[in-house]
Amino acid sequence: MSAARATVAVVRSERAPLVDTLHEWVTTVDHKRLGILYIIYALLFLAFGGIEAIIIRIQLIRPHNTFVSPQVFNRMFTMHGTTMIFFAAMPLVFGFANYLVPLMIGARDTAFPRLNAFSFWLTAFGGLLLYFSFLGGNGLYGAGNAPDVGWFAYAPLTSRTFSPGHSTDFWILALLLSGIGSMGTAINIAATVLCMRCPGMTLGKMPLLAWLNFTMAGLVILSMSPLTAAQLMLLVDRYLGGHFFDVQAGGSAVLWMHFFWIFGHPEVYVLAIPAFAFASEIIPVFSRKPIFGYPVMVAATLAIGFISMSVWAHHMFTVGMTSAGNTFFVLSTMAIAVPTGIKIFNWLATIWGGKVQYRTPMLFCVAFLFQFLIAGLTGIMLAAAPFDWQLSGSYFVVAHFHYVIVGGILFTIFGAFYYWFPKMSGRMYNEALGKVHFWLFTAGFHLTFDFMHVPGVLGMPRRIYTYEPGRGWDIWNLVITIGVLFQAVATLVFLGNLLWSKLWGKVAGSDPWDGWTLEWSTASPPPAYNFPSLPEVRSRRPLWDLKHPEDPDWHYE
Amino acid sequence: MSSQANAAVTSLWEGGRSPYAVNSKKFGMWLFVVSDALTFSALLMAYTYLRVSTPNWPTPFHFSPSIVFSSIMTFVLLSSSLTMVMGVHTMNHGNRKATVGWILATMAGGLAFVVLHLREWLNLINNEHITIFGNPMDVPLFGGTFFTLTGLHMTHVICGVIYLGIIAAGVGRGKFKAEDVEVSGLYWHFVDLVWMFIFPLVYLMSARI
Repeated sequence: MSAARATVAVVRSERAPLVDTLHEWVTTVDHKRLGILYIIYALLFLAFGGIEAIIIRIQLIRPHNTFVSPQVFNRMFTMHGTTMIFFAAMPLVFGFANYLVPLMIGARDTAFPRLNAFSFWLTAFGGLLLYFSFLGGNGLYGAGNAPDVGWFAYAPLTSRTFSPGHSTDFWILALLLSGIGSMGTAINIAATVLCMRCPGMTLGKMPLLAWLNFTMAGLVILSMSPLTAAQLMLLVDRYLGGHFFDVQAGGSAVLWMHFFWIFGHPEVYVLAIPAFAFASEIIPVFSRKPIFGYPVMVAATLAIGFISMSVWAHHMFTVGMTSAGNTFFVLSTMAIAVPTGIKIFNWLATIWGGKVQYRTPMLFCVAFLFQFLIAGLTGIMLAAAPFDWQLSGSYFVVAHFHYVIVGGILFTIFGAFYYWFPKMSGRMYNEALGKVHFWLFTAGFHLTFDFMHVPGVLGMPRRIYTYEPGRGWDIWNLVITIGVLFQAVATLVFLGNLLWSKLWGKVAGSDPWDGWTLEWSTASPPPAYNFPSLPEVRSRRPLWDLKHPEDPDWHYE
Repeated sequence: MSSQANAAVTSLWEGGRSPYAVNSKKFGMWLFVVSDALTFSALLMAYTYLRVSTPNWPTPFHFSPSIVFSSIMTFVLLSSSLTMVMGVHTMNHGNRKATVGWILATMAGGLAFVVLHLREWLNLINNEHITIFGNPMDVPLFGGTFFTLTGLHMTHVICGVIYLGIIAAGVGRGKFKAEDVEVSGLYWHFVDLVWMFIFPLVYLMSARI
């Protein structure tokens, strides 16, 4: 049956006019197409955010530079942060979750396909609204446009007095809308994982990716709401004359900080846990060994999820909390290193004694292991309140969280791109270009973010638009900006590789990696209904059982 | 494979059933309720924090009309939860006509709540001169927190009435299943439950008797 149908489908897709194809994509409720839409949308915003980062770095390349004005500089770092977190990283994570979770648990689609489409278009509209502010809104000092209050938008900078015009309103509404979209997607992912698994796939036999994305969805559901409430209060303050965050009228600026970071810290794990999920799928396949300590990995993930809800005020040590408050947040922040360390050890134990194949996805995951370790170590340093008093608001903090988000999260996302590209497109990526991307990006990453720690320790504050010469910061800033050049070229290689391989890559076949999870059992790209038939799921590696009936996993699990 | 082995395998097949034995719709609504409850708790936290840190927080609600009105509103809203329970019950027994009736009664309760609440708002605005940005008691935060909290709740009641209207119309035309009515009931009870926090924290604690 499939051959005849496949030819018909091919002929049809070749003849379909562009308008029809576009219409199909805009009206789709298919989780795979929505996943790809999320990813393409995120890549677009990754490029925007990257351009803003380049502008920031060119301005800081030498002392007293005048590449952009201070006002434009403020807009650039605000838009860079907001874009990268809300409109690049989160859509990337959601895109892969959307695409992979139903395929890996053997479902036909997500639990709520229409909610899925609704959520995507809300998020998409939120991003467009944010960038529309370049045309529409006035920023600080009444000059220029686009939000310029920083990505965490502390009060009273966001009040009408200090932020006239509409740029902050664009920021609020964009985050409110995309927040509602994230909520819908999170509910959808959680319900899909718990209610849509195929027969045989018990919770203990789910791929780790499903477990981790389930935890991520739980974190979004719990942490997005305080941000939504805070945005509502800020809107009331700005438009209806409320005084929630207006200290002079009895309101509280610290209240905003608490609400923002109750969202903001779990958000780090909303991005990091799916990154762990990619590593947990890629490392075993390229080490040719099952994941080491599956139950412990699940338990560690849930522990990270729980603890991450109680660490937010470590962003606020310099506000002046009570010493009991400081102590609590120091200890809880340090406690989160324990389950994270368990995960690192389990990945190492998975690689240990394996037949490691250094294909591009695996390279990115190995680099992730090193870099995430360093990011975690600087995190523990900053978790100590006295250390934080010294370095909070300096470039050391900027280096730390970029180490987490780029060195940890973006690296595994690149790995995930290469690993699942054959499944999504049906074509193999170019391995040589992939390796060029990896080495260029790794070199650029280390040039930029290793050396960013140094001016931080030497006292360079974040968010300054220029600096005096002779403070020992000059050479480091030059090196940091050179690293950005490497990363930009590497990202262009990456995008070029995706485009070239989609058009002219070798046909990949359904299972190019000799994988073990269910997505590799169906065609590449998978048909709309996902699976014509499912193999029996009796272990965590159903395809291993299928390929090795003489020695199946369920003998041992 | 022998039939014995097959039986052993089947006993291992626990997947496909969700651990809470609920359908995805009901589970999705529960998750939404969790997140929305957190939105309200964030607002209630803000209200409580600001109230505690303001020394002379006003207590402008006279027994009549404010407390009397808000008590009647509470009674109406709680009664609408009862009619919703009856609607879910009759739908479980397949009596669609009765279900439509009970849901319409629930909607009437919700609408009555909104109308009474708006009257109460107008009373505060016109007679007590309390608005979202200021009031005679010179604690501008009072109006801000009061109208934001009750306003967000009222928005939820209005959304609930529209939601129930869609469900009632569908049930009348033989469209929805018993579970769909139950899921809408979940939302409605949640909205009522939120009011049971707002009523004592906002009204009763600021009563002047």
